[in-house]
Amino acid sequence: MSKLFMARNPRVAARALDGEMMIMSAKDSTLFTLNRTATILWQSADGTTPLEEIVQNRICTEFDVEASAALEDAEKLARDLAGYEILQISDTPIQQGKGSGDSR
Amino acid sequence: MSQSASACARIWRFDSPIQIRGSSCFWRAQSATRVSIIVVLVLPLPQLTTEVERLSFVVVIGGIPVRVNTCDPEFLSILQNRYAGFTGHSDEPEIEFDIDLQPPNDLAEDAPVEVRHTHGLWTLKRGDFHAEWEPASRRGLIRQTANPYSIDAVLRIVHSLVLAGQGGFLMHSASAIRNGKAFLFAGVSGAGKTTISRLAPPEATLLTDEISYVRRHDTGYVAYGTPFTGELAKLGENVSAPLTALYLLAQGKENRIDAISAGDAARGVLANILFFAEDDELVQSVFRSVFEFVSRVPVMRLTFMPDSRVWELIG
Repeated sequence: MSKLFMARNPRVAARALDGEMMIMSAKDSTLFTLNRTATILWQSADGTTPLEEIVQNRICTEFDVEASAALEDAEKLARDLAGYEILQISDTPIQQGKGSGDSR
Repeated sequence: MSQSASACARIWRFDSPIQIRGSSCFWRAQSATRVSIIVVLVLPLPQLTTEVERLSFVVVIGGIPVRVNTCDPEFLSILQNRYAGFTGHSDEPEIEFDIDLQPPNDLAEDAPVEVRHTHGLWTLKRGDFHAEWEPASRRGLIRQTANPYSIDAVLRIVHSLVLAGQGGFLMHSASAIRNGKAFLFAGVSGAGKTTISRLAPPEATLLTDEISYVRRHDTGYVAYGTPFTGELAKLGENVSAPLTALYLLAQGKENRIDAISAGDAARGVLANILFFAEDDELVQSVFRSVFEFVSRVPVMRLTFMPDSRVWELIG
């Protein structure tokens, strides 16, 4: 399986509140709310860390889940978020400019 | 921006006397050659100075004066009536619009709104209007038919843009002042904004039953009355008060107020903010403003029956 890299779209505004990540797309002002697991993925989407490594180090250490199942779910989520254009995905590392989505 | 093509292009002025050029000819005896000379006649014509009066009025919403210029006295009268209670005077309005009235057309008011920012110029478009506004010069031009709802939409958009840069916003909510404190009642159509406005006790001052105006001041947030009406079709009072609470409306079988999580509060506010622009910077600014707002203003859920006793919980 090839590696998958994720980067936050700089055209979104994001803020964590009470463990949830709220993300607003500047394109159409759509609001997305991520649960705790998805928030971890979002916050880890630095463009250079492979998704597999994020799942292994951030998800599997915190949740009782098999790595393969977690990776499958994480990939699906990443592709869904990329479909909404709030996340960028690539099979090569992604260079990020300044102002990429606030991950606070 | 083509400000020269303002609504008042019919103003013309010939301040100098008109010079009428004529010619005559004669035979020069010496050479018998026909020549012509130019004779300048200055005729005592009456001064052709005709000026179409530029008609203006200032509409003040949220304490922000906007001057509107038109050459059409009938349209001016419509606007003055539309914004009664919200007119004022200002030698230095924060924004000035020329109106260029267009012939009636069938373009729908419910067409999608486009709001774009390019090179310092905002362009606002809908089926029934095309407007431009340059914040640096504070001037703009609105091309529209003589429909007051078109300029109403332009003013709402422009105010939302102004507020977005100041930490405030327009919100889809009713609002009222009671005991010197302002309260907002937010919800989508059918949530009960008009109902709760109708149920307000006589001592309450209605700011709007549809679109609330919230500005951030040093000491907190202030809600202002607006002329933007909903089903009640009644203009709000042009007054303001410190914003004390925002209630997210829900209709139910009892009157009650419930605390909600900060996340639900932020989602509730974001869901009801009026913002039209596709502009990364301003969207992010509005987003940040909402989180600051929910950290400073209590946001609660108000479940209510269509019963005036709900107001016993407010104020």
